[in-house]
Amino acid sequence: MAVCVAVIAKENYPLYIRSIPTENELKFHYMVHTSLDVVDEKISAMGKALVDQRELYLGLLYPTEDYKVYGYVTNSKVKFVMVVDSSNTALRDNEIRSMFRKLHNSYTDVMCNPFYNPGDRIHSRAFDSMVTSMMIQVC
Amino acid sequence: MEAAAGGGCGSGPPLLLSEGEQQCYSELFARCAGAAGGGPGSGPPEAARTVPGTVTAAAGPVADLFRASQLPAETLHQITELCGAKRVGYFGPTQFYIALKLIAAAQSGLPVRIESIKCELPLPRFMMSKTDAEIRFGNPAELHGTKVQIPYLITEKNTFKRMDDEDKQQETQSPTMSPLASPPSSPPHYQRVPLSHGYSKLRSSTEQMHPAPYEARQPLVQPEGPSSGAPGAKPPRHKASLIRSFSVEREPHDNSSNYPDEPWRITEEQREYYVNQFRSLQPDPSSFISGSVAKNFFTKSKLSIPELSYIWELSDADCDGALTLPEFCAAFHLIVARKNGYPLPEGLPPTLQPEYLQAAFPKPKRECTLFDSYSESMPANQQPRDLNRMEKLSIKDTADFPVPTQDVTSDDKQEQNKTRLALKSTADEALPKDMSEDPATSKDSNSLKARPRSRSYSSTSIEEAMKRGEDPPTPPPRPQKTHSRASSLDLNKVFQPSVPATKSGLLPPPPALPPRPCPSQISHHNVNSERSAHPKPPTQLPNYGDFRLQKQMSKPRHRELQEFPQGHPQQSEQVSEAEIHPQLNRAPSQVAESSPTKKDIPHSQPPSKPIRRKFRPENSATESQEPPSTVGPVSAASGKPHAAVQKQSSKQKKAIQTAIRKNKEANAVLARLNSELQQQLKEVHQERIALENQLEQLRPVTVL
Repeated sequence: MAVCVAVIAKENYPLYIRSIPTENELKFHYMVHTSLDVVDEKISAMGKALVDQRELYLGLLYPTEDYKVYGYVTNSKVKFVMVVDSSNTALRDNEIRSMFRKLHNSYTDVMCNPFYNPGDRIHSRAFDSMVTSMMIQVC
Repeated sequence: MEAAAGGGCGSGPPLLLSEGEQQCYSELFARCAGAAGGGPGSGPPEAARTVPGTVTAAAGPVADLFRASQLPAETLHQITELCGAKRVGYFGPTQFYIALKLIAAAQSGLPVRIESIKCELPLPRFMMSKTDAEIRFGNPAELHGTKVQIPYLITEKNTFKRMDDEDKQQETQSPTMSPLASPPSSPPHYQRVPLSHGYSKLRSSTEQMHPAPYEARQPLVQPEGPSSGAPGAKPPRHKASLIRSFSVEREPHDNSSNYPDEPWRITEEQREYYVNQFRSLQPDPSSFISGSVAKNFFTKSKLSIPELSYIWELSDADCDGALTLPEFCAAFHLIVARKNGYPLPEGLPPTLQPEYLQAAFPKPKRECTLFDSYSESMPANQQPRDLNRMEKLSIKDTADFPVPTQDVTSDDKQEQNKTRLALKSTADEALPKDMSEDPATSKDSNSLKARPRSRSYSSTSIEEAMKRGEDPPTPPPRPQKTHSRASSLDLNKVFQPSVPATKSGLLPPPPALPPRPCPSQISHHNVNSERSAHPKPPTQLPNYGDFRLQKQMSKPRHRELQEFPQGHPQQSEQVSEAEIHPQLNRAPSQVAESSPTKKDIPHSQPPSKPIRRKFRPENSATESQEPPSTVGPVSAASGKPHAAVQKQSSKQKKAIQTAIRKNKEANAVLARLNSELQQQLKEVHQERIALENQLEQLRPVTVL
């Protein structure tokens, strides 16, 4: 379902980025990179007034011709970016939210691993499998 | 054959068999009947003889055949009943054909009823064992796993057959056996293995029972099946009770051996080891090991961080960042396996699942509680026996641990160390029993962490394979020399009698003027010492002199006693003290007075004493001991005519000699001090060299 999933650290470098391998992956990388600006914009717009009440799910960051990009920020400023194929109309907001929630849970599991240094690339197989399940969810 | 069969049975329904079925059934029947005649101890005698003249299929081959049909025993039982063999007590052709038809029906999925016979059914499928390999009706290959069932099912059938055919006493066994037959899972298979073996072979049954569960996975057991029909009725009955007990024993093992992933099973010894390790990190076995603690612990295994991270992922099932005891055991086991070269699994093997571990090994928890309460010295149920047993187990079992035989002996020591430490640690933990107070536990665990870890992972063993890189051993203690002394050398201190004297261990320097009252002794001793001192080198330390003097003193001591009322120790002290000076002065005085004293040499001691005694009263009034001592030999040497001259010279000499003596003392003290300082200097040099070496080692790094 998701075409590309990325986890961006607080300092805006990727901790984990993975996309469907069939296409030009660099395009997805660029898209994720550009989406970071939008994420920052959304954070700053909301964050000044209501930091605590800021919702983690940012929603649709920006649509392109073929794809839609969704964003999610954790309280520690770790960003999850998901690129979804626009042709997939069956995807609803709730589903995207649930996918982000799964991502967040997996990310916290990775964090719980004492052998994981925060700031390293994520190499967890469990995380990989979870992302894989999200990416090939819909045939 | 069919007509005969139909006529023969009489009571059964008319059997309509198709062409193929007829052919097949007749073949089978012939085979069974034929096998009956040829088989050793074939079939129950009654079966063969009940109806003389009628060809009957022996129960053995029939049972084999039915087993080959791969139907559950219950079904076969039903079929047997239905076909009438039970009633009539044998497998006549009719019964046989009906049974076959019913088997076909059952295999097709139809209920086993008489009515089923009437339907058009495919041929019954039989998977034959190797001995009956000619008859193959089914596809033997597909039911690989269920091949196992066959001999057992046949046995089951066989038992039923036997009961039916012969002893009604066996019927009592059949109800008990049928519940065994009903559960479809694997344990019954294993249960029937001993049964089949028991039935098949009387003598070798016990031997076969042991390898039975392990062979069960392979179709090797099948050959046993067909031969199960051989023995007679009585031995099986006798064996059944025996076998049941064996089977009961085997069940718990069987459940465990169901899992194909043998390398992921934790043996008892391993389990003990892991539990001990857990306790060394966290005394309360029901609590968690935090992530950082576990990280430090597992990092010592020298596995790469990604691998450790992956192992953590696998083992921390609830992903809470902490390890419970089963999680810890799983992680530990994975590390061990990885160290031994096993590739890490994709998922946590079922034998390492926390639930499985907790269920399979509840004992350690019990032991842990016992352990803790023992450490608290609660007397009630606790048995130190458990403790010792655990210790012994852990010590012994880790020796059996299936790890490359790197260092098993040291492992034992380590294990002993650890268990002792664990004991000690739990003994220390007496107060906070329930690890509910975090500060106490964390503090204790920290202290425990520090203590056991520094001791336990210091040498080779399984642990070495697992954890290394402990804190570097503390450097050897620095030589405790007071180098400051060298720097702050104070000449005043040099002449302080106490310090250098104590350092050198010598006697304190004697006072300048020894007391008067024992001049005669002194003279004696001086003469003696002089005599003894002559051949000796002049640079002797007073120590030597003391010993010799002491020796010599022992001779005339009795005289001293007579002459002087003072106490012996005092006298001896004084004498010894006095002797030092004479010794010291002896050397130069010897040189100075070598010429006059040479004459003394040939003099023997005893004759000189009375001579000196004579002089003693003359000189004792005004002179000190040394002058008389010096005077003594001088006087002895010079003789009487020199007496007057000697008085003057003796006075001078006395002065000179006192000065010389003092100088000698100072010399000796300085010499001692010098030697000490030189020693210190050597040590400092060594230290400097060591430091320079270190610097050299470090320098290339920094320069670059």
